[in-house]
Amino acid sequence: MGILEVKDVGKRFGGLKALSDVNLSVKENSCHAIIGPNGAGKSTLLNCLVGKLIPDTGSVMFDGQSVLGRSPHEINQMGISRVFQTPEIFADLTVFENMMIPLFAKRDGAYRLHAYESVSNERALIEEAERMLDDVNMLDKRHMHSASMSRGDKRRLEMAMCLVQNPKLLLLDEPTAGMARADTNNTIDLLKEIKAKRDITIAIIEHDMHVVFSLADRITVLAQGTPLVEDAPENIKGHPKVQEAYLGETH
Amino acid sequence: MFGLEKKDATLLLLVAALTIFAPFLLNPFPEGSAMAQFNAGYPDLMQRFVIFGIFAIGFNILFGLTGYLSFGHAAFLGVGSYAAVWMFKLLSMNVLPAILLAVVMSGLFALLIGYISLRRSGIYFSILTLAFAQMMFALAYSVLTPITGGETGLQLALSDPRILDGGTADGNLPVPGLFGLEMRDSAQLELGAWVFTFNIGYYFCAIVMLLAFYLAIRIFRSPFGMMLRAIKSNQQRLNYTGLNPKPYTLAAFVISGMYAGLAGALMASMDPLAGAERMFWTASGEVVLMTILGGVGTLIGPVLGAGAIKYMENIISKINSDILHGWFAFLPDGLEDFIVAVIYPFIGKGWHLTLGLIFMAVVIFLPGGLVEGGQRIARAFRRKKPDTPKSAKTEPAE
Ligand SMILES: Nc1ncnc2c1ncn2[C@@H]1O[C@H](COP(=O)(O)OP(=O)(O)OP(=O)(O)O)[C@@H](O)[C@H]1O
Ligand SMILES: [Mg+2]
Repeated sequence: MGILEVKDVGKRFGGLKALSDVNLSVKENSCHAIIGPNGAGKSTLLNCLVGKLIPDTGSVMFDGQSVLGRSPHEINQMGISRVFQTPEIFADLTVFENMMIPLFAKRDGAYRLHAYESVSNERALIEEAERMLDDVNMLDKRHMHSASMSRGDKRRLEMAMCLVQNPKLLLLDEPTAGMARADTNNTIDLLKEIKAKRDITIAIIEHDMHVVFSLADRITVLAQGTPLVEDAPENIKGHPKVQEAYLGETH
Repeated sequence: MFGLEKKDATLLLLVAALTIFAPFLLNPFPEGSAMAQFNAGYPDLMQRFVIFGIFAIGFNILFGLTGYLSFGHAAFLGVGSYAAVWMFKLLSMNVLPAILLAVVMSGLFALLIGYISLRRSGIYFSILTLAFAQMMFALAYSVLTPITGGETGLQLALSDPRILDGGTADGNLPVPGLFGLEMRDSAQLELGAWVFTFNIGYYFCAIVMLLAFYLAIRIFRSPFGMMLRAIKSNQQRLNYTGLNPKPYTLAAFVISGMYAGLAGALMASMDPLAGAERMFWTASGEVVLMTILGGVGTLIGPVLGAGAIKYMENIISKINSDILHGWFAFLPDGLEDFIVAVIYPFIGKGWHLTLGLIFMAVVIFLPGGLVEGGQRIARAFRRKKPDTPKSAKTEPAE
């Protein structure tokens, strides 16, 4: 049994079958990559895991509990954090404030009225936020308005916001898209380091094969809403079906 | 100091100083001079400055932080006024129980209305709050006459029980007070041609406003305040970060409703009557204007906005054509009449026109309101001194 068990999941958008018969088992503390051509349904699958979409059929179990029917904030509190394909951050807040909010969510739960205490007195959380910012090389940007950052920086910030929550399962939707090569390599190193240091399971969607093969323990190839093959990275590279799925598309 | 950062403590002390010395600051012109027209240092107006300041500070906690634009906040002001007057009628002329009941009642109303209205966001939320407020206005005006006094409003009567006070000795209506201090009492100080009035009611309201302001600063700097700003910024991210935006927004709604109730109670404490017109939609719109004019989401902005609007409402509206003729009498007759004719639409009842123009100018040229204006001026001054390296730093709104 993996920490994440997706069984027979299907999802339609009107006439479009975005997902059908998706079965996926992600082992605890592994890194599972989901690859596939554009429009294969990768983001849709992720949306079904975090409560953004409810699948039409099938079940999704995380850590022995069903996530279906729970709202996104409840699913996050179960230990799932997610990075979006287009960065979702608090653009009106500073980088530092962006880091504090997930820390409060982790410590205080979905709602707690701390209206009289000052944020600046939360020494322990502030230190944690700064340590994480240091890990992603953004400590010097802590006072920056996050809206004014580059797209790559926004991604790194979003990833830091997820990592600082110490999630059991981290879902990454193309975390390096729009990043410079050097930042992509930094991200790979960061994720490797996190994997080595903590108990964390990662599910990553990525088009950049360098990233995929640097990180993944297992790879699932998704095409037209259905998993084509699932195997270890070394077996995926030369797999004829994978070649077909990718070469059949203009990629 | 007071558990605040240095910058916030300075701001609080500055506001405290300004309110304490307001009777002087607002009366810069000698009595009887032509400019005495512009003196605002009389109790009635000064009370209004701080009371509407409280109203706007509270409104800004909802609108400024979460971005939810309520168009019905005057309803809570009205609830506060009615509750306070009822307390004067039934229990005592002491203002404290009146204020307490007003804050509790407006909080309960805000809880109910907020719970329903916050099911929607954006324009639908605004419309829902507007609908609730207009419903409450209509009820207060007609059906609920036994509770609200209907058209005439709720007033004190000699026959009221006032359990704690007992009967009034003379045949006069009692006045609101605080342990023997009467809110309407004033002391006057004459210094040469200047007359300054120190009113107990004003100082009481000013102290309450300073407390309300202090509390607002604490909220702005708290984790709760940060969550509210996060709600305005990106609710989706907040959801996926494990936070439930709903109770946060509702809490902000209730808190701002309680501020409105507090303001309503103070209005009733200064003048013990309450009427349905306090809940009318124009009153709700006014606090929106105050907040935007002063600076949405800034600490001091709403207070400035409230002051500016109440000043115009009371001072500019009092200028009439005779006064204008007096000012321009030194000009040749034809020119005098011409200038008076040009200015006339902007004064007296035309003060709304002046307000509208100023409002438009602020929204277009100073989206951050009067506070942004102040910051720009301050920055321009600092830039003249090249040896201040900090001036380039973008400062968070004050
Ligand atoms: N909310 C939606 N409503 C309707 N159709 C949708 C919706 N979301 C996705 N789709 C469609 O479902 C299909 C799968 O989309 P999805 O975003 O999951 O693909 P993807 O594998 O993530 O692609 P990419 O690599 O481009 O991100 C696409 O055809 C897309 O147009
Ligand atoms: Mg996608």
